[in-house]
Amino acid sequence: MSTAEAFSCQELVELVTDYLEGALDPEERARFQQHLEECGNCQVYLEQMRATIELNGSLQPESVSPEAEAALLRAFRDWKSA
Amino acid sequence: MEQALSRTDAELVEALRAGDEAAFAELVREYHAPLLRVAQIYVSSRAVAEDVVGETWLAVLQGLDRFEGRSSLKTWIFTILANRAKTRAIRERRTIPFSALQPERVPEPALPPERFRDPEDPRWPGHWASPPQAWPEDRLLAAETREKLAEAIEALPASQRAVISLRDLEGWSSEEICNALEISETNQRVLLHRARSKVRKALEEYLG
Repeated sequence: MSTAEAFSCQELVELVTDYLEGALDPEERARFQQHLEECGNCQVYLEQMRATIELNGSLQPESVSPEAEAALLRAFRDWKSA
Repeated sequence: MEQALSRTDAELVEALRAGDEAAFAELVREYHAPLLRVAQIYVSSRAVAEDVVGETWLAVLQGLDRFEGRSSLKTWIFTILANRAKTRAIRERRTIPFSALQPERVPEPALPPERFRDPEDPRWPGHWASPPQAWPEDRLLAAETREKLAEAIEALPASQRAVISLRDLEGWSSEEICNALEISETNQRVLLHRARSKVRKALEEYLG
C-alpha cells in the first residue's frame, strides 16, 4: 500500500485503539481522520468504542473480599510480632 | 483507598515498617484485586491465583526492609507477584500461550472478516458489508447493559481481562500496566485493543 492510499474500514477498525491512545504517527493520524470524515459507518464504530470505554469506567472495580482482608491483617499482626 | 495513592511511597513504607496496620489495610484494598487479575494470567485457576497473591503479600512484608525505592512500591509489589506466579506456573507445568503476553505474534481481528467486503473488492475494498448500527441511548445506560458488560469482561482471556480492568476500571496508566505485566507498550495496546473490541462486540450483540 502506498502511503497516500486511504485506510479501508477494516483497517480503521484495527487502528481505533492506537488512534484513541495517541499512538499513530502524524501521517497515519491524518489518514485516519480523513477516512472518518468521509465514512459515517466508521464514525458510528468509533463512537461505540468511546461509549464502551466510558461504560467500562462506570463499572465498580473488584475489591478484596472481607475474608481475604481479615486473613491478611492477621498475617500482618503475626509479621509485626515476629 | 485514595490515601494510599496520595502518600508517598517513602511515607507508606515507613508506616508499614513501624507496624501501622491501617497503612497495610490501605495497600491491600488498593492492590489485592489488581494482583489477582495479574496472577490469573500465569496460573490455572482463581484459587491458585489467590494463593499466589497471599504469598506475595507475605513476601512484601518480609522484604520491606530491603525495599530501597529504586522502583515505585507498586512496581516492586507486582515484580514480586510476577516472580511468584511464574514459579507456580512452572510447578503446575503450565505454559503461558504467546497470545497472553506477546499478542502481536498471534493475529486476532477485532471483527470477523464477513463484516467487511473483500479486500480485493474492485469498488469498495475492505469497506463495511454489515456496518454497526447506532445504539439506543436509553438501553446503553440501563443497569442490565452494565451487567452484560461485566460478563463480557469476565469472559476475556486473562491477559486481556487484566489490561482492560486495570486501564478502564482502575484507571491505571499504560506505563503502570506495562511495568506490572512486564510487557511492551505495543503489546499492552494490542491486549487493550482486543479486549475493548470484544467488549464492544458483546454490547453490539446485546443491544442489536
